[in-house]
Amino acid sequence: MKKISLSSILSQLLLLFFVIIWIIPTFGLFISSLRDKDLLAISGWWTSLTTTEINEIYRMPGMNAQIEEGGYFKIKGNLFEENSGKKIQSFGITSKKINEFNVSEVAVFKDESEVTVDEDGNYEWLSKEAFKKKKGKRLFTTSLSPPSFTFENYREVLFKEGIGRAFINTMAVALPSTLIPLIICSFFAYSLTWMKFYGRDTLLAIIIASLVVPLQMSLIPILTIYNDFGALFGVAAKSYPGVWMAHTGFGLASTTFLLRNFLKSLPNEMMEAAKVDGASHYDIFLRIIIPLSIPAFASIFILQFLWCWNDLLVGLVFLDQVPSEIILTAKLKELLGSRGENWEILTTGAFVSMTVPLFIFFALQRYFIRGLVAGSVKG
Amino acid sequence: MTILNLFFVVFLGILFFVSYFHISNLVLDTYGEKSVKRYNFENSIRVIIFIAPAFIVLFIFILYPVFETVRLSFYDKFGREFVGFYNYKWAISDPEFRRSILNNLIWLLVVPTLSTFFGLVIAKLADNIWWGSIAKSIIFMPMAISFVGAGVIWKFIYEYRGPGDTQIGLLNAIIVSFGYEPQAWITIPFWNNFFLMAIMIWIQTGLALVIFSAALRSIPKEMLEAARIDGASELKIFFSIIIPYLEQTILVIWTLITIIVLRIFDIIFAMTNGEWQTGVLANLMYDWMFRGGGDSGRGSVLAIVIMIGVIPILAWNLYKHRQEQKI
Repeated sequence: MKKISLSSILSQLLLLFFVIIWIIPTFGLFISSLRDKDLLAISGWWTSLTTTEINEIYRMPGMNAQIEEGGYFKIKGNLFEENSGKKIQSFGITSKKINEFNVSEVAVFKDESEVTVDEDGNYEWLSKEAFKKKKGKRLFTTSLSPPSFTFENYREVLFKEGIGRAFINTMAVALPSTLIPLIICSFFAYSLTWMKFYGRDTLLAIIIASLVVPLQMSLIPILTIYNDFGALFGVAAKSYPGVWMAHTGFGLASTTFLLRNFLKSLPNEMMEAAKVDGASHYDIFLRIIIPLSIPAFASIFILQFLWCWNDLLVGLVFLDQVPSEIILTAKLKELLGSRGENWEILTTGAFVSMTVPLFIFFALQRYFIRGLVAGSVKG
Repeated sequence: MTILNLFFVVFLGILFFVSYFHISNLVLDTYGEKSVKRYNFENSIRVIIFIAPAFIVLFIFILYPVFETVRLSFYDKFGREFVGFYNYKWAISDPEFRRSILNNLIWLLVVPTLSTFFGLVIAKLADNIWWGSIAKSIIFMPMAISFVGAGVIWKFIYEYRGPGDTQIGLLNAIIVSFGYEPQAWITIPFWNNFFLMAIMIWIQTGLALVIFSAALRSIPKEMLEAARIDGASELKIFFSIIIPYLEQTILVIWTLITIIVLRIFDIIFAMTNGEWQTGVLANLMYDWMFRGGGDSGRGSVLAIVIMIGVIPILAWNLYKHRQEQKI
C-alpha cells in the first residue's frame, strides 16, 4: 500500500512539472501584455507578480507653483501618478545619496529650504524666502511598487497598430472559409455515402489521397491561375473570395472525409424508409441528415475555423499585405520584424490573436477534441 | 474595403452557396416527376448538383495543381521553356537546399518522436488523477493557438540582452541566475533548430495527449489488474503492457505529426525567416516563389520534394482504405 502511494505522489509531481512547463510560456505572455510598457522593457515579467523596489527621479516644479502660507513659501505636490499604489521607502536630494532620508525626516537643501515627503508621495517644500528659480530641485526616491496591471497596451495595439482591423479581416477570412466547405462538403459526403453513381469509389480514393497532399503542391499553380484570372477580368487577383476558395480547396478533403465517416455510421433503414415515403435526396438531406449531424458539424466547424484563423501561409500568398486585407498572423509576423523590441506590442498583439482560439478552446473543448480524435484515427 | 463592405461581401459569399443548393434542388423537386421512368434521370441530375461544387474545387485546388506542379518543375522560371532536369540538378547542388533538407530530416526525427513520447507519458500520468483533466486541458491548449502566436510566446522566452543588462527572457534569466553567460539562443547555428523544435513539440504534444487519453481507456482493466496482482511495477506495466497495446495508436499519431512537421513553415518564418541556418524546405520554397520575381521551376521542385515525403503515407492510407472496402 505504501509503495503505491509513493509512486502516485511521484507521478503527480512529474505531471505537475509538465503542467508548469507547458503553462509558463503563455502565462508569461499574458502577464506581460498587461504590464506597463516601460517596466516591461527593463524587468522580467515574473518580477511584476510581487512587490518590487524601484528608484525614480522627480523634479519638483519651480517658482510658478509656490504659495505663501503662514510666513513660509511652499511648493506642494505628489510624486506619483494617480492610483499608482506605490509607497515611498526613502528619498534623497543628491544623486550620490539617494537613500539619505526616511519618510518622516526633513531634508535640508544648501539654500536652507526644507523638504518632507510622506509615504504616499506627497511632498512639501518650504522656504522662508520666495522661490526664484523657474525649475525646482530634484528628488531621488526609492519606492515599493505593488503588482500593477493596465489595459493600456490593448488600447494602443487595437486602435493604433492596426491589430483591431486585422482581427476583423481574419474573421472575414475564417468565417466563410469554414462555412463554405461545410456546406459543399456535406452534400459531397452525402452523395459519396448514400447515392449510387459511376466513379464513386474512385472519387473516394482521390479524397483519401488528397488528405495528405501538402498545400505547397498547390501554391504555385493556383497563384498563377489567380493572376491570370485577375488580368483577364481586370480585378485585383488577391482578394477575400480568392482566399475563401483556397481555404475551401485545402480543407475539402479532410472535411469530406470526416463527414463521410460520420454519415456512414447512421442507420441505413432511416434513409430507406424516407425514400419509400417519397422523399427526395434533398428532403432527406434537409430533414434527416442535417439535424442528426449537428454535433459532427460542430466538431468540423471548430477544426476548420481554427485552421483558417491560425493560418499564415494561405493569407500571405493569396491576400495583399495591406491594412484592409492583412490577417492577424501576417500582421504579427510583420510586427516581429518592424517592432521586434517593442514587447508590449508583440505580447499584446499575440494575445489578441489568441482570444478567439482560446475562447473556442475553453467553451467548446469537447467538440474540438472529438473532431481531432475522429480525424486522426484514420490519419 | 471598409468594414461594412467586408461584412456585406462575406454575407453574399455564404449566401451564394446556400442558394445554389437550395434553388437547384427545389427546381429539380418541382419539375422532376416521381414516376419510375424518370427516377433514374432525376437521380443523376441530383448527383451532379450535389457533387459539382466540391468536385470543381477539388479539381482546381488539388488535382490540377498536383500535375501542374510536376510539369512546372521541368520548365524554366516562367514556366515557358522546357529545361529537363535542370531544376533538379540545381537543387542537388544548392547548399541552401541541402541545409533545408537536413533541417527537415532533423525536424522529422525529433518532433514526432518527442511529441508522441511526451503525449503518451502525460496521458498515462493524468489518467485516474482527480486533477488529470485540468492538467490535460493546460497541455492541450497550445493546439488551439497559431504557430505565429506560439512563435511570439517563445521568442519572448528566448529574448536576449547583453551580459550585465537585466534579462527579460525567462531562459536567459534562469541561465544568468546560475552564473552563466546569457546566450542569443536562436542565432546559434545547429542548436537553434532545437530551440525552434521545442515550440513545435510544445504544440503537438497536446494532439498526441488527447488521442492517447481516449486510447488508454480502451485497454482492458482486467489486464492491468492481473499484472498488478502479479507484482509488476507501474513502470513495468507502462513499457510491457501499455506501449505494446497502443502500438497502432502510436503509429497513427507519429504519422499524423510527421505530416504536419513535413510542411512546417510558420514557426521558422516568424522566428528566424530561415536565417542562422534554420531554413526548411517549405521556407525555401516560399522564398523562391517570390525571390527575383519568382521562379516557378525551382519552387515546384521544392514542393515535389515535400510531396515525396508524404507519398509512403499516402500509399499506406490508400492500401488500408482498399482493405476496408473489401470487408
